[in-house]
Amino acid sequence: MSTLGPIDDLYREVILDHHRSPRGREPLTDPDVEAEGKNPSCGDEVTLQLKFDGETISQVGVLAHGCAISTSSGSMLADLVEGRTVGEAARIAEAFRQVLHGKKFPTDVDLGDLEALEGVQKFPVRIKCAVLPWVTLLDAVLAQRAGRDPRPVSTEGLGDDANPMNMKITEGQ
Amino acid sequence: MKPVTGTVDAAVRERFPLLTRQVNGRPLVYLDSAATSQKPSAVIEAEAAFYRTSNANVHRGLHTLGDEATRLYEGCRDTTARWLGVESAQVTIQRSATAALNLVARGWEHHLVPGDAVLVTEMEHHANFVPWQMLAKRRGIELRVLPVTDGGELDLARLDEFLDDRVKVVAVTHVSNVLGTVNPVAEITSRARSLGALTVVDAAQSVGHRPLAFAELEADLMVFSAHKCYGPMGLGFLVGRAETLANLEPVEGGGEMIEWVRLEETTWADVPHRFEAGTPNVAAAAAFPAAMEFLEEIGLDAVRAHEVDLTGYALEKLRAVDGLVIYGPDDPTRRGGLVSFHDPQVHPHDMSTILDQLGIAIRAGHHCAQPLHRRLGVVATSRASFGVHTTTGEIDALIDGLLESRKVFAL
Ligand SMILES: Cc1ncc(COP(=O)(O)O)c(C=O)c1O
Repeated sequence: MSTLGPIDDLYREVILDHHRSPRGREPLTDPDVEAEGKNPSCGDEVTLQLKFDGETISQVGVLAHGCAISTSSGSMLADLVEGRTVGEAARIAEAFRQVLHGKKFPTDVDLGDLEALEGVQKFPVRIKCAVLPWVTLLDAVLAQRAGRDPRPVSTEGLGDDANPMNMKITEGQ
Repeated sequence: MKPVTGTVDAAVRERFPLLTRQVNGRPLVYLDSAATSQKPSAVIEAEAAFYRTSNANVHRGLHTLGDEATRLYEGCRDTTARWLGVESAQVTIQRSATAALNLVARGWEHHLVPGDAVLVTEMEHHANFVPWQMLAKRRGIELRVLPVTDGGELDLARLDEFLDDRVKVVAVTHVSNVLGTVNPVAEITSRARSLGALTVVDAAQSVGHRPLAFAELEADLMVFSAHKCYGPMGLGFLVGRAETLANLEPVEGGGEMIEWVRLEETTWADVPHRFEAGTPNVAAAAAFPAAMEFLEEIGLDAVRAHEVDLTGYALEKLRAVDGLVIYGPDDPTRRGGLVSFHDPQVHPHDMSTILDQLGIAIRAGHHCAQPLHRRLGVVATSRASFGVHTTTGEIDALIDGLLESRKVFAL
């Protein structure tokens, strides 16, 4: 560790790599749903596009404007949820939230590169940055199911205990 | 004792107990004075002393404590009035600059009709933007926004395009909390007043940072917050011309603001008390004179000179950092004590987190000025702002930290 202590733990190489070359940056031509998420206290923004094949998320586009934490989290989201069912994606989101709040890594969910964002738990003010793409995803999914337009999602009011699973999604709902 | 930059003695740091603390194992470098100033011991003691020895409600008790509390509260009004060169009745005590601006936007509403316009500027803090936007929506009024130039100044060459006789209110900031720009407000307010518009100046970033008399602004009303000039939180002011305040409607009804209440009707107390419904923050009011004394002891000229010196030093150092985008005027004498910048290599939030690990507190984000950030073409900037206690060494620490944060993101 350098003189910056926990900083090295926060900005791990995997995170910086996702930040520099985000996955899913290619906009989808014909998305089934497009949702916007914002972190009003700092101005981070993410636009998420999804294409579905039944219950499966077949394509993901993520356009993120923000810090390294929110852009890398969005890039990892693109990597992780493409080809998964909505229920699987929701389980990843919940497991990620648990990890950000200091819980043990779940044994039944593969968090992939998201594991590297574990260091965010030591920086409570940055948790919102990490969950932004995920709350946006969950609302997009709910909107699509309900047949409504996604509403702009805001991390405001979620507090440091940002809980994307306030929006309950279960498999085959 | 060695002066910081030749204007304010470095020994002033000893007057701020908080500055001795460590953050993340490092001595604190507080570069967020524009968000709120740190407090000198005298202010902290005065607030505590109120609760220890004089706590009572104001204007109500006929007992000794009630009388003392009332004297302290009214004493704050008197001192503030003297400070700004106005009569006590021209000073109304509010919760914050924000509360004062909302009072004005609501309390002036009855003078406006659909088709009228309100003029604000693109560099306003949300506190001097949103209340006017709300008013415009409520009353079917046009909200006009005077643009900012690429150099970070108000585009006064275009003022005539925006300011005509339909404009009934002009609200402008004295010093921008993002660009640092010191606006030539008197030029704007005098033109607006000649057209019969109400003029409101947001002096949140200037009162207590330079010698300032209300009259200089040539405005009808001005607002500021005590906590941005070494005073306590929870205290702000609306200062105005007597005739303007007389034409402002009270917005909150309740205790203190009345003269006589009957079942059918209530008559109001005189200005300024009619704008002060309910129990105010008496402890904060009791403490604010200590902040004014503190500043007067140093001298507001010296405070201003110190901020100009530090801003000049910071601008010079930041300009030497390759690729950094720096906002606002080049000339430090035309700026308040702050510098905002953007590093294309490191997002402001990431920079702020990294600097925080080094004990350095800066502000990252949109600084409650989203329309301005849209103009600047970024969603967030980093801002370093200075107080009487800031040293050039602290600015050096900021530059080192900035370079350190670049290392984290370097390939
Ligand atoms: C220029 C300006 N106006 C108004 C305000 C609002 O002050 P307060 O939050 O104390 O009401 C601020 C504070 O950030 C400011 O910088």
